[in-house]
Amino acid sequence: MEFFERFAIPHPSPAIYASMVAIGLTVIAIIAGLTYFKKWGYIWREWLTTVDHKRIGIMYLISALLMLFRGGVDAIMMRSQLAVPGNTLLDAQHYNEIFTTHGIVMILFMAMPFIIALMNFVVPLQIGARDVAFPRLNALSFWLFFFAAMLFNISFVVGGSPDAGWTSYFPLAGNEHSPHVGTNYYMIAIQIAGLGTLMTGINFIVTILKMRAPGMTLMKMPMFTWSALITNVIIVFAFPVLTIALAMGTMDRLFGTHFFSIDNGGMDMLWANLFWVWGHPEVYILILPAFGIYSEVISTFARRNLYGYKSMVASMVIISLFSFLVWVHHFFTMGQGAFVNSIFSVTTMAIAVPTGIKIFNWLFTLWKGKIVMTTPMLYSMLFIPIFTIGGVTGVMLGMSAADYQYHNTMFLVAHFHLVIIPGVVFAMLAGLTYWWPKMFGFMLNERIGKWAAWLIAVGTCVAFFPMFISGLDGQARRMYTYSEATGFGFWNMLSFIGAGILAIGFVLIVYNIYYSTRYATRDIGADPWDARTLEWATHSPVPEYNFAITPEVNSSEALWDEKKKGHKLFKGSYQEIHMPSKSGVPFIMSAIFFVFGFAMIFSLWILAIVSLLGIFACLIHRSFEQDHGYHISVKEIEETEAKMGGAKG
Amino acid sequence: MKELFPRKQVMGFIFSLVLTVAALLVYFLDLSFALGMTVLLVTAFLQAGLQLVVFMHAGESEDKATIYTNVYYGLIIALVTIFGTLLAMIWGMV
Repeated sequence: MEFFERFAIPHPSPAIYASMVAIGLTVIAIIAGLTYFKKWGYIWREWLTTVDHKRIGIMYLISALLMLFRGGVDAIMMRSQLAVPGNTLLDAQHYNEIFTTHGIVMILFMAMPFIIALMNFVVPLQIGARDVAFPRLNALSFWLFFFAAMLFNISFVVGGSPDAGWTSYFPLAGNEHSPHVGTNYYMIAIQIAGLGTLMTGINFIVTILKMRAPGMTLMKMPMFTWSALITNVIIVFAFPVLTIALAMGTMDRLFGTHFFSIDNGGMDMLWANLFWVWGHPEVYILILPAFGIYSEVISTFARRNLYGYKSMVASMVIISLFSFLVWVHHFFTMGQGAFVNSIFSVTTMAIAVPTGIKIFNWLFTLWKGKIVMTTPMLYSMLFIPIFTIGGVTGVMLGMSAADYQYHNTMFLVAHFHLVIIPGVVFAMLAGLTYWWPKMFGFMLNERIGKWAAWLIAVGTCVAFFPMFISGLDGQARRMYTYSEATGFGFWNMLSFIGAGILAIGFVLIVYNIYYSTRYATRDIGADPWDARTLEWATHSPVPEYNFAITPEVNSSEALWDEKKKGHKLFKGSYQEIHMPSKSGVPFIMSAIFFVFGFAMIFSLWILAIVSLLGIFACLIHRSFEQDHGYHISVKEIEETEAKMGGAKG
Repeated sequence: MKELFPRKQVMGFIFSLVLTVAALLVYFLDLSFALGMTVLLVTAFLQAGLQLVVFMHAGESEDKATIYTNVYYGLIIALVTIFGTLLAMIWGMV
């Protein structure tokens, strides 16, 4: 019995017991459902072993939406707790766990997979490729992320969640101040997910550099693909820092080293430093694909080519470099002198320049365009003003002298939510709506979609604008309660109402998916938006080989050229297509990683060693495996193309 | 026979062994901290360059430009990170 005590929740409450029951029932329901409908074989063959970039993209998407709701529930609980002064809905420990998991889930298990979902689905299609450069590695990336997310999520009911903030600063995150296993979950689950992300980064750089269609030079790539390239470059250079920092943190917690302790030569501030060396580029990893999506959406629905293509590319390259030069602005108040703070203040403000260039390019694209206000376009239009408010308050925070006033207040919380929500969430929802017909062969309902967009935009403003005021009045972030005398009550109640409006918006999106799946017409053709880039030149939904004939390209808007300028995309006849074969190893290996992570978190060393051997066995298996893929014959291509509505080209 | 002998690789291998011995000597000889660190840093960078160019064939394919751009970019980021950290954590601390 003593053995099992370590898995107990240190701080149980009825809500946690309820979620235990809910998790148990969900697992039973999934297993029973799969068995009853005899879908085990289908799930294994078509999804768990797939290496198809489109299916992996869709799995990323589903996981991201699930995590969006998990993080959203955390948010609602936080706002409910703070809605009135002196509230006792949650206690301090519970509140700490919730804001910590809200941050990590939203950034690492919602926003990251969401951008990777869209990159996975769209980039190979936009460059006219059959798949990514390393399809098997891609599957491994996904399953590592997925099992890491699951590992992180069980912390709620097994052993306790991390509670030291999503930044997990030492010495608070050290053993002395955080004795239970929560922070171990943080260190290990993020490590495993980070491995997957790093592999994605390498995979996509190679894909974009080596697998473009004939004629597509770098400066003829669609803007989303450019943004994906730059994003993955940042991933490859930023994530190793997180890997190392987490490894050092893990050793501090599990093996008694002193990297981040305050005694024995350790330096607690070094954690904050390393965290933000990764953390600030991470901000741009999230925002650049969003900028790419807005570029696609705005030029499609303004019916104009993108204004200032070259300056768009140049500004992204500059952002990718500058993103590594500003990290100290996250801890201006930690004790370094005015000289250091001035340097990082200036670099911080400099990065607003390339971002401003992009905003102006979008405005000039809209100028004299024939604007069609579809749902993706509506998100893009709502993005510009809200994001600008978030950005301007960022410049305020970037002034190091003034930052002493704003630091760690709700003002900061308002700022980064008003940047991340319009910057990332609106973009992902715009991208989701925009590429949905390509993924599933029908469109989402426009009327419900626009209602959701407006509700989310209004909810964002109502939820976060009041925090600017209560923050300037002195409300600190991460406080679990406050007294009535502070006068914060009114503003927090307003935020709570805003959070409610946001929740209704997201529920509407789910309803829209249900409604459109049931009622939307499937007769939409391959190019329902009258778009400009290559992904719309193949069928919807996309056949497994993407393009029956490899397209030839001579500008960044190849499909538009075909439609308006008589360019011929598909020359030649069908050839046999070589495809990568499926594999269950990525799934199995990641499942073993899950066991390994769990064993490390609870210091179960024998299990850890055995599962580590399992991981190596999978690696060895891969090294000696003979895998030549398979071929799709011309006859099969002809049949598929005929079924999909006639041969193209 | 002469064309078949991988002269460059064998020389590279010997040179990398020499660098390893040089780095190892820091432990056995009684050097000052500054001198020891200098030896370690210099041999580390030479060793990394040697591995990339001789054994990982960085400059031998048509992707030469891409590979070297990536390496230089990584080097810049690494130096910025290290010197920025030193600046913020040690030199600039008041």
